[in-house]
Amino acid sequence: MKRTQFSSPVLPYLFLLPQMTVVFIFFYWPSVQAIQSSFYLEDPFGFGSTFVGLSNYTDALGSGEYLKIAWFTAVFTIVVTFLSLSIGLLLAAKADGVIRGSSSYKTLLICVYAIAPPVAGLIGMMFFDQHIGPFVKLAAWAGWDMKVGINYYDTAFAMIVVSVWKQIPYNFIFFLSGLQGVPVSIREAAAIDCRSPARRFRTVMLPLLAPTAFFLLVINMTYSLFDTFGIIDVIVKDKAANNPITLVYKVYMDGFRGNDIGGSSAQSVILMIVVFVLTVFQFRFIERRVHYN
Amino acid sequence: MAHVTIDRVSKDYQAGVRAVDSVSIDIADSEFIVLVGPSGCGKSTLLRMVAGLETITEGEIGIGGRVINHVDPADRDIAMVFQNYALYPHMTVRNNMAYGLKNRGMNRADIEKRVAEAAAILRLQDYLERRPRQLSGGQRQRVAMGRAIVREPAAFLFDEPLSNLDAKLRVDMRGEIKQLQKRLGTTSIYVTHDQLEAMTMADRIVVLNGGRIEQIGTPLDVYRQPQSAFVASFIGSPAMNLITARGESGNLVIGDQTVVMDGAMTVPDGPVTLGVRAEDMKPADHGATAHLELAIDYVEELGAGRLVHGHVGDARLALSTPSGEPLSDLLPIVFDRQRLHLFDTATGRRL
Ligand SMILES: Nc1ncnc2c1ncn2[C@@H]1O[C@H](COP(=O)(O)OP(=O)(O)OP(=O)(O)O)[C@@H](O)[C@H]1O
Ligand SMILES: [Mg+2]
Repeated sequence: MKRTQFSSPVLPYLFLLPQMTVVFIFFYWPSVQAIQSSFYLEDPFGFGSTFVGLSNYTDALGSGEYLKIAWFTAVFTIVVTFLSLSIGLLLAAKADGVIRGSSSYKTLLICVYAIAPPVAGLIGMMFFDQHIGPFVKLAAWAGWDMKVGINYYDTAFAMIVVSVWKQIPYNFIFFLSGLQGVPVSIREAAAIDCRSPARRFRTVMLPLLAPTAFFLLVINMTYSLFDTFGIIDVIVKDKAANNPITLVYKVYMDGFRGNDIGGSSAQSVILMIVVFVLTVFQFRFIERRVHYN
Repeated sequence: MAHVTIDRVSKDYQAGVRAVDSVSIDIADSEFIVLVGPSGCGKSTLLRMVAGLETITEGEIGIGGRVINHVDPADRDIAMVFQNYALYPHMTVRNNMAYGLKNRGMNRADIEKRVAEAAAILRLQDYLERRPRQLSGGQRQRVAMGRAIVREPAAFLFDEPLSNLDAKLRVDMRGEIKQLQKRLGTTSIYVTHDQLEAMTMADRIVVLNGGRIEQIGTPLDVYRQPQSAFVASFIGSPAMNLITARGESGNLVIGDQTVVMDGAMTVPDGPVTLGVRAEDMKPADHGATAHLELAIDYVEELGAGRLVHGHVGDARLALSTPSGEPLSDLLPIVFDRQRLHLFDTATGRRL
């Protein structure tokens, strides 16, 4: 890391100020608020609050419903992360083989994918529309009476497919630029050293992609946990309560629909702790194994 | 170990753009061939066609009597050393060397043995567990060599393997590679744009220009009998003086002066390009008849000797002289007339 000299000792802090302000207003302050209100029972009509200690936490963790949602969230996160990473990688590897050397094609391909995610999300949702969704029709044709929003497993299936579908372009772009970043001469050396392209990919390309993959792993887990909120909202909105939802969605339901601010705060604090532990784990045990240069 | 035949090989990157134009070279078993030429002359392209990293547009390449035009690079029984070494950054030195052997299904004990041998030859024993980024440039270069020699291939291919090293290390490695190649007796094709590397390492030099072969020959051949003005200007340092002259009744006219040839070589009448190396001229001894009077422009002191730059009419000449006595402005010089080179002014071919 290069050391830059500033003429005034205050200047660097001044540069940091806007960023720190944003972080403070939108992250620390709400976090502190959440932690605080998680110890109180708030009157739904806003007439004061009562200190209840840890009971919001014990309520949440002791509830069978909460644990079921936690379980679903874990499965959902793992499945979505795994599928969107592996499909993104597969597509990137195929595209990489084709566009080697033709950079205009590459820019074009990346442009298309860069515009895609929000649109892809919408299209994905339409696939599962009960009336016009082609996926539902396809399933019906194959003898599967798909009832998204009514049947627990059908809904879970749709959520996973749309979430994966939406995240693939993102992973694709990163994997593709990761692959393109591997020096040509290293690929060539590998081509001379190893005849099988699949083996070459596994033993040379994949390890060199590990930093990218690690980064995407963190991003995708965060995505599955939090950013799928919109998809879940569209799929289960105003539908029967026995639909699968993730923990984040439950925080929202209890807080904004159920007006249980204390319980909802306790749940978000639990989520914060989970994410914190996951992040520490990822950086401690995975990150140090993937950086070579 | 094998002979390599390159038979009328051409390469078009795009239709109409010839990078290599009908090149034929017969490389004997154990021979060290150096492809040399200016940037963009097609030497890397030719080497990469032998390696299988580029397709061959026309012609045939054979290794050990087997045509390998359509053989996978991994099955050509060649090993390549790249300019930037192309080591696998995620593997230790040991695994970098072992990788190609593992993929060929060699058993563990044999791999160990070969890696140990190569490491001993290249003085890499202490670095086997390091990764490439923990090595110096010279050490990386040796690992790249090691990766090639453990394979015990039919041929080594080198693409400017020394150009990323500093001058001193380059000279050392030049000697090491040459010695190693002699010891292993592996047929080698070595690409460089450095004529000195070509001269010092090659059994035979192939001089390429614009995708075509200008000349193939031993270093001395190419130095002493350049077949074209291009070869003459490319090989040797300082570069050979090439000046326009005119043949007149067996003598050479340069500017307004005439060099009397006394039949030392046949000079055709009319314009010619005269080539003369700096060491093939010297100041005339006192009293001796000079061939030419050189008007001196400036002198470069080189320590062991000096390089005197001057002109005769429009023609610029540089000659090497021992350091020492001061020079007058007008220096009478004599040529070693047997060592003059005459080239066609139009085609550049040797006359
Ligand atoms: N992939 C390619 N596509 C199109 N043209 C190419 C390609 N690779 C090389 N060329 C062209 O072919 C010619 C020969 O290139 P090559 O790399 O063989 O030169 P070189 O002799 O190795 O030069 P250098 O000493 O600079 O490495 C050059 O004119 C180059 O522009
Ligand atoms: Mg080259």
